Amino acid sequence: MTDKKKKKEMVTVVTQECLADGIFSMWIQTEAAKEARPGQFISMYTNDGSRLLPRPISICEINREKGQLRVVYRVTGEGTGTEQFSRMKAGDSLSIIAPLGNGFPYEKAEGKQVFLMGGGIGVPPILELAKQMKCRKKQVIAGYRDSQTFLREEFERNAEVYVSTEDGSVGTKGNVMDAVRENSLQADMIFACGPAPMLRAIKEYARKNNIVCYISLEERMACGIGACLGCVCQSVEMDSHSNVHNKRICKDGPVFLSTEVEI
Amino acid sequence: MSVDMRVNIAGVEWKNPVTVASGTFGSGAEFAEFVDLNKLGAVTTKGVANVPWPGNPTPRIAETYGGMMNAVGLQNPGIELLCKRDIPFLRQYDTRIIVNVCGRSEEDYCEVVERLSEEEVDLLEINISCPNVKEGGIAFGQDPKEAERITRAVKRYARQPVIMKLSPNITSVPDMARAVEAGGADAVSLINTLTGMKIDIHRRTFVLANKTGGVSGPAIHPIAVRMVYEAAHAVRVPVIGMGGIASGADAIEMILAGASAVSIGTANFHDPSISGKIVGEIESYMERYGFSAVADMVGIVE
Repeated sequence: MTDKKKKKEMVTVVTQECLADGIFSMWIQTEAAKEARPGQFISMYTNDGSRLLPRPISICEINREKGQLRVVYRVTGEGTGTEQFSRMKAGDSLSIIAPLGNGFPYEKAEGKQVFLMGGGIGVPPILELAKQMKCRKKQVIAGYRDSQTFLREEFERNAEVYVSTEDGSVGTKGNVMDAVRENSLQADMIFACGPAPMLRAIKEYARKNNIVCYISLEERMACGIGACLGCVCQSVEMDSHSNVHNKRICKDGPVFLSTEVEI
Repeated sequence: MSVDMRVNIAGVEWKNPVTVASGTFGSGAEFAEFVDLNKLGAVTTKGVANVPWPGNPTPRIAETYGGMMNAVGLQNPGIELLCKRDIPFLRQYDTRIIVNVCGRSEEDYCEVVERLSEEEVDLLEINISCPNVKEGGIAFGQDPKEAERITRAVKRYARQPVIMKLSPNITSVPDMARAVEAGGADAVSLINTLTGMKIDIHRRTFVLANKTGGVSGPAIHPIAVRMVYEAAHAVRVPVIGMGGIASGADAIEMILAGASAVSIGTANFHDPSISGKIVGEIESYMERYGFSAVADMVGIVE
């Protein structure tokens, strides 16, 4: 029996640009563009032999015609793997495994009034989701730290856009839930990606208002393919694969129904 | 010239000397998309206990220079689900199956080993060396008398040959290897991970929720080679070498030091197809230097 079909792929950087302080956008040429879905992620490997583990980075945009994927990522500090990515230029190559994870079930949004919520470095995966989603009312709510509202113009081409900033410099002062309240927004389905406190607040809002809500989680990963059990989250019910109350974020997620996980 | 890649580990013939280290390969299903499992000498499952274990809180993973740390804490689905789902999956392939067994007490280990006597698996590897669980595991692996006692206990229930997996977090590898051999071990494997700690200086917290974790990867390879050499010189049973192997060259080094077979661990995370490639690299090395059998290379650097 042989079923080998995936591999680590050497890919080429097409473009790289800085969108905001510490936020970079990179397009890569990859076979993975053919099958990628919004909400899936890429395991990106550095070219530095001292760094073994891939960085899981969410897919921001998919261009199937050109065979390209876009990632928008944050440089996490000096001397980090993401800093090495940020120094790469068009024509440089790196290794990836993609696409990984389940992605957003955006087909379920048909006919719905939807919130697409992103916070911080959770904003990028919402872009391809906004582009592919067909729904009755598409409301993107993006939360940022300050006036560096990266990707905002691109969202405006695809949806109604509401912005919150922590410092109040643009849109609603506060977080994405504050923007929902200030603008009296309504939804019957939610898709969200962002830091844990934001997702907790959204999960609670969805529960109170009885709204179907999908959240994308993150965790430190090793294998990225569901084998090492490094990146688990707690599940409400016993999980059939783990046989305990744990789900693998890389393989069973990163997108979960908010009611199936404890965050 | 054709080379004979077969090795014999405690009476079980493998088609080649390459397996994968417990915990880095799941039970093979996820990796089967990346490597043809038929190419491996054996697949070693993630450690399994008598009942499901939830493992440690997250973060469980940290990267280190030339390696990584984990504190998964032996999350596992329990022996019944492994027997129902994972063993039948692996049986579809032409490879040997090694089931890694963990426990919190002598009774836990024996229960799993006895249950496995009914299953079509080829070898058992007893994990007495996990640094990430509070009870069992390492407690048995740091005291030669305890290790000998556990070995003797599981041997009473084992139908398959027993490999005792040793910890590097000890004073004397030869003492430990001799203790499990005296207890009846059919083989030893080493090394498990080295206990480490990593601190986030910006948040001033431990990176791992468990505070400490097991260090693995190329950074620990020289330590593993030394310990494999010591074990191979201390016991007559075969030694399975592991610890930071990331290439055919690393595997050969381990074999020359005394390993009869090798396990690929952390390198599976860097390249999920690496284990199959390493089989080919060992073969090329043998052709280049005129070795006709793997056994002719084992421990020849004395």
